[in-house]
Parts: sequence; C-alpha cells; structure tokens
Amino acid sequence: MRSRLPTRSVGAASAAPADPGVDPPRLDESHDPSKARGEAGRRGGPAWNHPPAARPGRAALAVLAATAVLLVAVIAGIAIGPVAVPLGAIADTLAAHLPWHPPVSVPPLDSAIIWQIRLPRVVLGALVGSMLAGGGAAYQGVFRNPLADPYLLGVAAGAGLGATAVIISGGSLALLPVAAFGGGVAAVAITYSLGARAGQHNDDPALHGAAGTASILLAGIAVAALLTAAQTFLQQAHSQTLQSVYAWILGGLSNATWSQAWLLTPYVLVAGLALFAHRRLLDVLRVGETEAGALGVNVPRLRLVVVIAATLGVAAAVSVSGLIGFVGIIVPHIVRLTAGASYRIIVPVSMIGGAAFLILADIAARTVQPDTEVPIGVITAAIGAPFFLFVLRSRRARADAS
Amino acid sequence: MIGVDDLRVSFGSTAALDGVSVRVATGEWVALIGPNGAGKTTMLRAIAGMARSAGGIVLDGRPARQLGHRRLARLIAYVPQHPVLPPEMTGLDYVLLGRTPHLGYFAVESGADRRICLELLDRMALADMAGRRLATMSGGEAQRLVLARALAQQAPILLLDEPTSALDLGRRVDALELIDELRRERSLTVLSAIHDLTLAGQFADRLVLLRSGRVAADGEPATVLRDELLSDAFGAGVGVLRTTNGELAVISHRQRQAAR
Repeated sequence: MRSRLPTRSVGAASAAPADPGVDPPRLDESHDPSKARGEAGRRGGPAWNHPPAARPGRAALAVLAATAVLLVAVIAGIAIGPVAVPLGAIADTLAAHLPWHPPVSVPPLDSAIIWQIRLPRVVLGALVGSMLAGGGAAYQGVFRNPLADPYLLGVAAGAGLGATAVIISGGSLALLPVAAFGGGVAAVAITYSLGARAGQHNDDPALHGAAGTASILLAGIAVAALLTAAQTFLQQAHSQTLQSVYAWILGGLSNATWSQAWLLTPYVLVAGLALFAHRRLLDVLRVGETEAGALGVNVPRLRLVVVIAATLGVAAAVSVSGLIGFVGIIVPHIVRLTAGASYRIIVPVSMIGGAAFLILADIAARTVQPDTEVPIGVITAAIGAPFFLFVLRSRRARADAS
Repeated sequence: MIGVDDLRVSFGSTAALDGVSVRVATGEWVALIGPNGAGKTTMLRAIAGMARSAGGIVLDGRPARQLGHRRLARLIAYVPQHPVLPPEMTGLDYVLLGRTPHLGYFAVESGADRRICLELLDRMALADMAGRRLATMSGGEAQRLVLARALAQQAPILLLDEPTSALDLGRRVDALELIDELRRERSLTVLSAIHDLTLAGQFADRLVLLRSGRVAADGEPATVLRDELLSDAFGAGVGVLRTTNGELAVISHRQRQAAR
C-alpha cells in the first residue's frame, strides 16, 4: 500500500484545488448517487442552495406556532372567569388604553374586570412562565442534564427562606419580593462558589481548572437542603403564620397587580434577551464541555454567564409568584420533543410556550373550584404531567415506527 | 508546524508525560504509537490546550500558551477518540459546530459558513446527510462527519486521537486514505494517535513511539517498527514482517503455544 501512495497523492494534490473536474480518488461510499449530485453541485447549480434541513425556517415556524398559542391563551385568560367577558369588550378595553385611541365605550364593570383584575394576572403569568421555562431550558443546556430545572441550584430554597423570614417577622409585605429575590440569588451564588471551589480538586483538565458540572450540581443539592431545613425550622417555630408561608411556597398569581408586572418586566427582558443570545453556544455545548472547549468556547465563562442570566430571571419571577413547580422542567422538554432539539428553538419557544402554559394553568387554577382557587402548582403538574407523557409516548411510537 | 519541547504533564504525583520533545513539519503526518497509558492522548490534549502542561509548545511559530481559546481553535482542530454525537442533531448542524472559532460570541452562522460546511459534506461523500439525524448514521458516516467538523475549523493542524478505532478494517483504510488525501489537498499538519501499528506504518511519514510518558523511538516507520523496540515497549512478543511488496506488518506472538 505504501508503494501505491505516491501515485494517488499526486493525483489528489494537483487535482483537488485547481481543477474540480478531475477528482482525486475517494472512498467507496463516494460512488453512490450522492456523489453524482455532489459533483453536479460543484460544477454548476450548487446543490447546497436547497439544504434539506432549512433550520432558520423551522425555528421561525416553531416561534410562530408558540406565539399563536400564547395569543389564544392571553385572550382566554382575559375572557374566562366567574364573570364571562365578551370578546368585543376585551378589544375595546385594550383599545381604550392606547395612547391615541378611537372613541370607545365599555361598561365600567367589564373594563375594571379586564384591566384591573384579569389582564395584570395574565401578564404576570406570562412573565413568570417565560422565565421559569426559559430558565429551565438554559439550565438543561448548560448542565447538559435533562433533569435540570430552574430550581436546581437553590433558587427556590433561598427565595423560600427569604420570604419566610419576612412573613414570620411580620415585616411589610412590600419587602417580601425583595427578600425572596435576594434569598434566591444568594443561594445560587453560594452554590456556585462552593461548587467551583470543590471542583478545583478534580483533575479534568478540559475545564481549564474550573469546576465540573457535577460538583456544582451536588453543591446545589446540599445548599438547597440546608436552606430548606432552615426555612422549615423557622416556619414550624412560628406556627401562627404557617398558613401564609405555606400559601407563598405553593405559589400563585392571585395577588397580581400591574406594579408587580412592571417590576418584573426589566428582569424578564434582560434575562430573556441574554438567554436568547446564547442559543447557539448552548448548541455547541451539546457535544460536551471538552469538545466545546476544543472548538474555542470558554466553557466556564459561558456557564457562569448563562447561570447568572437564568438566576436573575427566575429569582425575579419567583419573588412575585412564589414557588410554582413543574413549568421549568416540562415546557422545555415538550418543546424539545415537538419542535426540535436545537437550543435555537428550545430557548425562544420555551419562553413563549412557558408564558402560554402558565396562563392556561392559571385559568384552570381559578375556575375548577367555584369558590376557592386551586394552587397553581397543582394544576401545572396535573395538566403538565399527562400532556408530557402523551408527547413522550407519541414521540416514542413515531421513533419506533421509522 | 508543531514543535513540542520537553513537554511535561502530571496527574497528581504521577507523570503522564515526562519530557517529550517532538517536531511535526508543515504537511507532515506523524503517528503517536505506544501501549495504553503511554501518554498518546495526554500529549494530544496538552497540545490542544486541554491539559495543564509545562514545557514549550509552538504552533506555526507561535507559542501556544499565549493564544486564547478561539485563536487556538483556529490553529488546531482536535478530534477526540470518542466524539459526542448528539443523536437529534442533523449532519449539517454538527459540521457547522466547526465554525465556532470563527464566529463572534453572539453571532450565528452566515450563509458563507453554511456553504463551507455543505461543500465539506459534499467532499466527504456525505451530501445526503445534511438533514439527517446523527442517530441514523453508520460508524463510517459518523467518522467522516466528525472529520468534516474538524475541517470546518479551517485549522492548519489536525490532532486525531485514534481516528479509526470504531471502524472495521475496510473502513479504517478508507478513513486513513481520506485523511491522507485531505492532508495533501490542504497542506495539513497531522498528528494522530493510532493503535494499529501496521496501519500507522503504512500511512504516517514518521512514527513516535511513546513509553511511560517518554519518547522511546522517533523516525521513519522502518526504523521504529522493529521487533525488539516494540516488544520492549508493549511488554509482549511482537514481530515485524515484511511483505513481498515492502509493506511492514506487525503481529503479536502468543506467549504460550496454543493447545492443540
């Protein structure tokens, strides 16, 4: 074989760059029809003008579909409730709040229900849902772990401890979101610095001396357990406030106001844009941290930036809504199974879909029982789990059939 | 060009590389051979900047340690022995990952990037794989796809860790022929670890025999593939045969006679 090489190589070296008509010898597989198409492409009409996977189109389609669902959810969220509101009144009320609006007259009761009660709740649900689902998608990507949810690094435990501290101390309820936000962010900061320090003893050189994901995840479990223990202790020691602490922990949107929505909006915008901007790099991480590093990605820095963005968004969401579970883990997976496994799809579509999902769950939470609200976390799990299993099953069936 | 001078890597107190010096000229193919644990993979990872090391590494005249992640990835394409192949990813998306070092932090691939990758798929006889999921690909297809991703980096240096370990004998020869063609076509500098000594001797310009983190022999295949050198390094009876058309074949001897 060595004796054969020179003749082959002369052909290859001279032919390939200069004269595309003469082909260097190829592998056996290159004699199949795909080669013929390839040759045609190189000479004349490029074969790559019509790649089979038109990815940008696919992502756009998924975003469009999710947006349509969100729109329906928003309208349903405003229309459905103890008092049914006609669609015309919704349109008129919204129009009346435009800067230069046509003269419209809406019955004041309808207007108040729509603008003061339903709409802030719908908007807040959308903002919270988008952050929980977007944060879950980001955590799943950056830790390459399908079980990751936005509470993985201790946000929920820290926020719960902060909220409990305010409630039992009888402090102003205006402090509650601040304490919850601070507790959540502090918990993740502790997790990250502990995990990163522990990781320096592990000798995986691919990470340039930074922590492996495993040590960060384990630190998250430890920090969450510790903070939850402290929270439970405080909660039990002040049993007179048990009810309100428990209600906050379960989460919900029943106290939604416009001011909460305005408070949350900048966090959602910054975190949402930051996560969206990292969608391609999250795709690079799909081949693992070692290979992503070899492709020129500074993995520890990428991980830190994504975790900071997701944590700010999730902590802000949790601070106004309490600990709504299940959205952050299930929505990204439904998107992955139905729309595609690329983070260019998962990140934006999870944020839009999470918003729609939480609005729909909230409709159920306030309507299934006539006189009281069901905790929204119960609904997200009760709707989400069967739907997720259905998607998983049909997906498996399709995969088996093909 | 790769210049490695007195390279040292240690894991805890054990030295994985203990003063290795090797030069690979531009356009040359050098194969690292040696027993398991001799330091082949460690050496490739150290050169690719993925293992903390001491000693000099010069790539195309530039000291590697002064290069950032991205600059390094534009100079070196590294293919690990077992690349991660996300099953749901399409062939084109996978090759596009190779463009990463050429893209800004928040940038996405341009039409030019897609064109480069589609041409590479075409060159690797993978034109039909652009839209197919990696889960559906054969071992040979996946191996060429990984190579296509490495070439999409447009780096002058290719580091390959056991590029053919997952392939049958026929596909192995195919893959190595392809690497050889691409190397000549693009003047690539190739440093690869190869387990199969016969194939290493057939394809590489030079062999570097590593043993316990040191260079035991460095030279043309005929000078390195010698009975006593190999038996010594591998700790087993190894014989080198010369075929009638001058090729070297390496075989192992059984330590005991087979029971008949």
